[in-house]
Amino acid sequence: MASKQPDALLGPESDSQRTQYPYVTGTSVVAIKYKDGILMASDMGGSYGSTLRYKSVERIKPIGKHSLLGASGEISDFQEILRYLDELILYDNMWDDGNSLGPKEVHNYLTRIMYNRRNKFNPLWNSLVLGGVKNGQKYLGTVSMIGVNFEDNHVASGFGNHLARPILRQEWHENLSFEDGVRLLEKCMLVLLYRDRSAINKFQIAKITDEGVTIHQPYSLKTNWEFSAFQNPSQGAVGTW
Amino acid sequence: MDLDMSINAPHSMGTTIIGVTYNGGVVLGADSRTSTGMYVANRASDKITQLTDNVYVCRSGSAADSQIVSDYVRHFLHQHTIQLGQPATVKVAANLIRLISYNNKNMLETGLIVGGWDKYEGGKIYGIPLGGTLIEQPFAIGGSGSSYLYGFFDQEWKEGMTMEEAEKLVVKAVSLAIARDGASGGVVRTVIINSEGVKRNFYPGDKLPLWHEELEPQNSLLDILNAPEPMNT
Repeated sequence: MASKQPDALLGPESDSQRTQYPYVTGTSVVAIKYKDGILMASDMGGSYGSTLRYKSVERIKPIGKHSLLGASGEISDFQEILRYLDELILYDNMWDDGNSLGPKEVHNYLTRIMYNRRNKFNPLWNSLVLGGVKNGQKYLGTVSMIGVNFEDNHVASGFGNHLARPILRQEWHENLSFEDGVRLLEKCMLVLLYRDRSAINKFQIAKITDEGVTIHQPYSLKTNWEFSAFQNPSQGAVGTW
Repeated sequence: MDLDMSINAPHSMGTTIIGVTYNGGVVLGADSRTSTGMYVANRASDKITQLTDNVYVCRSGSAADSQIVSDYVRHFLHQHTIQLGQPATVKVAANLIRLISYNNKNMLETGLIVGGWDKYEGGKIYGIPLGGTLIEQPFAIGGSGSSYLYGFFDQEWKEGMTMEEAEKLVVKAVSLAIARDGASGGVVRTVIINSEGVKRNFYPGDKLPLWHEELEPQNSLLDILNAPEPMNT
């Protein structure tokens, strides 16, 4: 513990140096560009270590009129980021000049926040996925907790990078229809459900187009366990796992 | 979370805390054990602390941290109520707790459950675990004893219970947690908050149901020996 007694009310600037530990965490977010805009998917889990503690956490939120933000990592830091963005959008609206921040601008703002916190050894413990459409231009980018940022046709955070991106590299193509896009994302989420211990079977898919944002209601996917090889796997080799 | 064996270890509320909404308000519940390492420093603590007339908080984790956080929030809510001219909402109370918990996340070790009733939203429960995440829930469980209650609530929780059903559920749950969690014990306290006000209840150990491998308490072996009934295992 620190030897000095900082004022408990001053907030982050009262501590000298720190890197934190995450407590309540969200797992992967996966997003793709499709014909009309961006599709983004995540599960609704908030894990507390190995316990699947919260099962109705919305990890994808709309930002302004043109963007969607999905986050994995520490949920309290995500909530704080949403407050920063709320202020950003509010000030943007207060100009009342007809202009509004697009996904590219929001992504840049987030990158600056994440990188500057990293430089102070006090990161926001999140991996962010930022997607949106403005004036027909689709945008999809990502920022990590150390400030690494880039844009691509498909992005993911956490386990999604290892399990979902390879699928997307094979099967993504320009001008996916909404149905094909949803099916592709569901394929990814299912793999993550099978292979990511912190995944839960309750998902939200969000869509953003020039018309606006839709975050669909939570739903669960059917899983398949009916492989003959699953029935008696230790028959031929007792004690095997 | 290594348990320090010494008597001088920081006071920690091992704890089981619960907050449940029902049709008309909320029921908060907690055990009463405060431990310093392996020693029970207080066997009758009150972990359900008042913030305002209509909002209470269940405290878990470090006793000192949870007390100071609730003291600060009580102070701010008092000022806020004066300025607002009417009772503070549960949401405001929860957000103040979140503010302090989040901004001091490196120094604090306390998980809190805020519950209360206001005229705008009715009965509400907010969980604020370690780290300062704010999460509104129909019911919340916390503290070390809560590990033993996830399955119980998955099975027993129902939306729209009556006040009696809700309080029964809370008492049963805390009692089950006490049975298995060494860091929880003592009595079960409940606080019921609704439009009519606040009601505190107290359930001493002997008023709680007996669980697996627990026996009916006796005054002495001698009472059993002299009894005419046959002994059972």
